[in-house]
Amino acid sequence: MSIAARKISAVSQTSLPPMVAIDNVTMAFGSFVAVENVNLKVGNGEFLSIVGPTGCGKSTILNAIAGLLKPAKGAVSIDGATVGGVQNTIGYLFQQDALLPWKTAYQNVELGLMFRGVAAEERRAKVMAWLEKVGLKGFESRFPHQLSGGQRKRVQMAQALITEPKVILMDEPFSALDIHTRHLMQNELLRLWQEDRRAVVMITHDLEEAIALGDRVAVLAAGPRSRVIESFPVDLERPRNVSEIKLDPKFMTLYRDIWASLRGEVEKSYASR
Amino acid sequence: MQAVNVRLIQIALLALILGSWQIGVTSGVIDRFFFPAPLDIVQQVISWVADPSFYKHVGITLSETVLGYVIGTGLGVAAGVWLGLSPYVARVLDPFIKAVNAIPRVVLAPIFVLWLGLGLWSKVALAVTLVFFVTFFNAMQGVREVNPVVLSNTRILGASRSDLLRHVYFPAAASWILSSLRTSVGFAVVGAIIGEYLGASAGLGYLIARSEGNFDAVGVFAGIIILALFVLIIDLLLDVAEKRLITWRPKAGEERPA
Ligand SMILES: Nc1ncnc2c1ncn2[C@@H]1O[C@H](COP(=O)(O)OP(=O)(O)O)[C@@H](O)[C@H]1O
Ligand SMILES: [Mg+2]
Repeated sequence: MSIAARKISAVSQTSLPPMVAIDNVTMAFGSFVAVENVNLKVGNGEFLSIVGPTGCGKSTILNAIAGLLKPAKGAVSIDGATVGGVQNTIGYLFQQDALLPWKTAYQNVELGLMFRGVAAEERRAKVMAWLEKVGLKGFESRFPHQLSGGQRKRVQMAQALITEPKVILMDEPFSALDIHTRHLMQNELLRLWQEDRRAVVMITHDLEEAIALGDRVAVLAAGPRSRVIESFPVDLERPRNVSEIKLDPKFMTLYRDIWASLRGEVEKSYASR
Repeated sequence: MQAVNVRLIQIALLALILGSWQIGVTSGVIDRFFFPAPLDIVQQVISWVADPSFYKHVGITLSETVLGYVIGTGLGVAAGVWLGLSPYVARVLDPFIKAVNAIPRVVLAPIFVLWLGLGLWSKVALAVTLVFFVTFFNAMQGVREVNPVVLSNTRILGASRSDLLRHVYFPAAASWILSSLRTSVGFAVVGAIIGEYLGASAGLGYLIARSEGNFDAVGVFAGIIILALFVLIIDLLLDVAEKRLITWRPKAGEERPA
């Protein structure tokens, strides 16, 4: 416990004012308390990974940041402003397919700008640029069902990032993809993020992904009443290559340390079902 | 090869039935008062189709069908989307909706004639009561079953309430409406025909009713055949419309597993 305390305090000493601040947040569904007293801060330009066993409340925390769910206690703020309702200064990459099935790739990517009243001409230029950035040039007029899983994820990525959100939230964004596509997409995500660093909160149950992408990895306890048990800074150089970094001895040490902390929680969550 | 065989057998079967029917009538085994000879029916159909005034009847039935469909669908979508978005109102109105929907529409025909006269609009009204409920329930279901993730995503992208209506709820409802296109157009036809049959001065239903009044079995059978052709042609047009309208949906067999 003392080790955990030291690590958490080390993290909260970041000099920058936090972009996302989760203060003493408790999330409940009726009488079921999913997460309790969670404190997390994410600096501007920081990439935070959150890992934890299935069902511990990772998505719940992300939805609290997005303003989709209201905390039972505590508060979330983004860039100093308390989150009161659905946020649209964020980009949210959902785990599930979130594209409108009746709109083409182009029309889906366009949505955020259209809702903001950006003129059609300017929209067109930006949408085409983003589709090219995510490698979907020539796929503008495809409907979601005409795209592969990886391509749909790319469209979702462009759709979420085109509005230049202050914070990017990602809920197990690549878990539904096969391993090769996943590596490809992880590298691509890193490349995009490197171009224009924003605060990122990424949830994953894949510890390798958490370390390979993140500046910091927070470990959640098994639910119910889950909380942050430890937080590990990841001091690996950037830019990183996801497949190569796994061979770095520093990566392996980190993996061992974090796994030691995560493992007990995963076992607890299996025991309770 | 198999398809050709099936087609040949079908034609042979039809020829057999019609042939024995025709022979039955000419030899006097079948009473032509109840079952007129196929050749007489065909002749009647041809003489109607060749007569320009016949198309006035077709035109009237078609206008009733189209008006009934358009008005019924419009009202059904509006009401369905509204109640789909307001579960409270839906709960309050639920017993009334069920009660009204339980009324057999045929009994409404005389009332509509009383209210709207023998002309076009009493038939349109009957078609509307039939079409409305199909569309209404489908639209309501469509709105309620909008994927919550898609909804959250669209809201986070900055959609206002009217944006959500326009880009999420109406298209979701529309996809259900398109899938019920055939059923509801079928209902519109039925509404128009029944209305005409029960009291009108023009239309395909009126043609059948008039022949029946004159104990003209040839006219009744010819009217039924014309009606079947009418529905088949509408069905063909719908086929084309459906393919044009639902481009965003995977066609059968094209569905991706993930
Ligand atoms: N809408 C809900 N109503 C009731 N319980 C919920 C709801 N959403 C999530 N939960 C419960 O809260 C816990 C955390 O869920 P979630 O945040 O989705 O977990 P995960 O870490 O896998 O993303 C789980 O036990 C889940 O069953
Ligand atoms: Mg989850």
